[in-house]
Amino acid sequence: MPTSPEPGRPDPETTTLARGPDGRPVSDRGDTVCVIGAGASGLTAVKNLAEHGFGVDCYERETGVAGAWNWRHDRSPVYASTHLISSRPFTQFPDFPMPDHWPDYPHHSQLLSYFERYADHFDLRRHIWFGTEVVRVEPVGDDRWDVTTRSTGGYGPERTSRYAAVVIANGHNWSPKLPRYEGLEQFRGEVMHASSYKDSAQLRGKRVLVVGAGNTGCDIAVEAAQQASRCWHSTRRGYWYAPKYVFGRPADQVNDLLLALRVPLRVRQWLYHRTLRLTVGDLTRFGLPKPDHRVYETHPIANSLLVYHVGHGTITPVPDIARFHPHSVELTDGRQIDPELVVFATGYLPRFEFLDGKILGDDEGVGRPRLWLNALVPDHPTLAVTGLVQPDSGIFPLAHWQAVLFARLLATRASRPERAAAFAAQVRAGAGERYSGQVKDSTRHWFEVGHADYLRALERALRELESK
Amino acid sequence: MRSWEWARPVRPVRREVLSAVPELEEGRPPLLLVPGFGHGAWAYAENWLGHVAARGFSAYAMSLRGHGGSAPAPEATLRAYAHDVVQVAAGLPRRAVLVGHGAGALVVAHAMARYPAQAAVLVAPVFGGWATFGTALRRNPFGTLPAVFGAGLRLNRRQLFSGELPEADARRHAGRLGRAARRAQWQLLTGTDPEPAVGDPPVLVLGSPDDRVVPAAALNRAARRYASAPLLFPGMGHDLMLDARWREPIDAILDWLIKNPGRDDLG
Ligand SMILES: Cc1cc2nc3c(=O)[nH]c(=O)nc-3n(C[C@H](O)[C@H](O)[C@H](O)COP(=O)(O)OP(=O)(O)OC[C@H]3O[C@@H](n4cnc5c(N)ncnc54)[C@H](O)[C@@H]3O)c2cc1C
Ligand SMILES: NC(=O)c1ccc[n+]([C@@H]2O[C@H](COP(=O)([O-])OP(=O)(O)OC[C@H]3O[C@@H](n4cnc5c(N)ncnc54)[C@H](OP(=O)(O)O)[C@@H]3O)[C@@H](O)[C@H]2O)c1
Repeated sequence: MPTSPEPGRPDPETTTLARGPDGRPVSDRGDTVCVIGAGASGLTAVKNLAEHGFGVDCYERETGVAGAWNWRHDRSPVYASTHLISSRPFTQFPDFPMPDHWPDYPHHSQLLSYFERYADHFDLRRHIWFGTEVVRVEPVGDDRWDVTTRSTGGYGPERTSRYAAVVIANGHNWSPKLPRYEGLEQFRGEVMHASSYKDSAQLRGKRVLVVGAGNTGCDIAVEAAQQASRCWHSTRRGYWYAPKYVFGRPADQVNDLLLALRVPLRVRQWLYHRTLRLTVGDLTRFGLPKPDHRVYETHPIANSLLVYHVGHGTITPVPDIARFHPHSVELTDGRQIDPELVVFATGYLPRFEFLDGKILGDDEGVGRPRLWLNALVPDHPTLAVTGLVQPDSGIFPLAHWQAVLFARLLATRASRPERAAAFAAQVRAGAGERYSGQVKDSTRHWFEVGHADYLRALERALRELESK
Repeated sequence: MRSWEWARPVRPVRREVLSAVPELEEGRPPLLLVPGFGHGAWAYAENWLGHVAARGFSAYAMSLRGHGGSAPAPEATLRAYAHDVVQVAAGLPRRAVLVGHGAGALVVAHAMARYPAQAAVLVAPVFGGWATFGTALRRNPFGTLPAVFGAGLRLNRRQLFSGELPEADARRHAGRLGRAARRAQWQLLTGTDPEPAVGDPPVLVLGSPDDRVVPAAALNRAARRYASAPLLFPGMGHDLMLDARWREPIDAILDWLIKNPGRDDLG
């Protein structure tokens, strides 16, 4: 398979031939920056680095752009019915708006066309090596990096190139997080993770148990309510099921109106609770547990239909799973149910399989790096991660500003090394900083950010970098 | 942080976009021509649009909301106008060069803070403020004064065109002039400065020392914002794209684009 984006394009030009630690040849790419992944986060990194005058090589294991939003990609977590949960203004790149006649919550196919247009508009494809997977990233002194790639799927030889900097944009919604249960191996029914759920036909006529109430779990439960013969929805806590619209406007726009008016968090929480109370109502009467936290303390759910179906009896809320039996599932309240299909919508874990976990401060290798602004790596000023945020808004504007910050940081290293060194100290001091109010302790919340707090912190960092 | 903008997105409207594309795509950036207040895409369609395409660039001319063939928008603000420009620019196949004329140049300057243009060209830019108003008042008191009280700003033929343009043409063009929305006009006087441009595009400012809307000092001021000096076309009126010698400024713009790509990622 050709790995070059244009037929007949020569391989990346080699300026000098160096030797890697194991004696293999390394092509030196000089000041070029390497970007791993051409999803939304990778694309905006390529665009902003190129705009700041850097040479960029981007490696993408798939044959197209848009990552998760191309649902034909084998690792895409997106299913046929996926629509955005963050409304358009919060989701588009700040310098490339989506068409204003699109709906408030566009469909995933529109997102795909948006990212393809972004890539074409800014002529990004010429930087991207499709069908090429990064298998190793190693520091080699002088803050430079050896990046080893091969054709996706492991065909062909590996090749190593040396880069001045690396941006990791490999996404965090592709490696399934699967809980363990006693007796799961003996269970005779079908079991799948939401990542392999594509189409509601997979549910048709079956008795389905959906586990987890992230946005994925809620979407699948709603589809099961319409397609399956029975739908149980298991959650290990109560949640705030926020509608997509309040007061006739997308809910996130109402929230930001309050932010613009500088309404403090406590008051916003109180208002939100009141609004939900008055519109959605008290959910405990349906047998749903009372939330064990205030709103904004778990990753927001935006789903107007879940409660609707619970109210119609087409979704039966149930508590956590205690254990599996060959023909049934036992719940923590002692009840037994008999689903034919169990869908685990229990989320995803970030993974950086090509990199020594210690470099990102993830010593145990559990996919929880210690970074500043969720992007900059202490003691590795030429390495950054983009898109590793779970905001209460769209990810892409945040990823854009992360990329701008990193591009300016690299430019500052060349033009004002002392300023860059002072900034590096700040990265070290700030590592692990959080950008949200209090959040519920759960495996998924360590990289939750409030978009307002986060963007303000990023803005401060940008200003700091540019200060005298 | 743009909470206000996110919380209150600009409403979509139908926008008129006229285009002329060269027969042979030569990999040059497209030009988006933005007319000033009162003008529509027609002002560019008259001469420049076809000429730009003939010289191998794709050319697009738009009408701001409430102007030309775009949908009416009496409540429009400068922000809505800038939104229109960014929407059209982002809808083009490639990174565009923004060209703004008159108050359209101010709209382009605002749009440049929301879209990383390939380059920008400000033609006889009206950046507003009270000084511009003073000039307009001196030259055309009866057309200008009512604007302060909310009526449409009216520009007359002699403000817009040089004596070289045949009287019939001048009359025809002046007859097509519309008016900008009241709030946008008011913002032209009192509005805030545009935010800095994103993506660091090269900017060219040009105009005429004999322009009766934009005094030479204003031209210099606008050019200084972008650390350059204006390119001058003596003897021409404010509407350089409609005046008798329309060919000279547009050729200068295209030559500048060819000679001075500004960024290394220009194809
Ligand atoms: C169902 C669902 C709905 C969502 N809805 C929203 C929403 O409404 N709003 C929102 O903001 N977010 C949403 N998200 C979050 C989503 O993850 C992000 O929108 C977005 O896809 C993140 O982009 P990314 O570029 O960081 O990662 P990805 O889109 O995952 O892109 C990563 C890219 O890197 C490539 N890659 C990975 N590893 C390698 C390697 N070793 N070598 C080469 N290439 C590699 C992958 O092939 C992929 O193309 C949703 C997620 C899911 C699961
Ligand atoms: N646009 C859309 O429509 C859309 C759709 C889907 C997803 N998304 C986005 O994609 C990202 C991933 O969402 P997601 O829903 O797949 O994952 P998620 O947000 O991580 O949610 C996982 C859910 O599973 C529960 N869970 C995790 N481990 C469990 C265990 N061991 N036992 C029982 N329950 C367990 C979690 O409960 P706790 O509360 O206890 O953690 C949570 O309710 C999010 O950013 C989300 O917003 C968007």
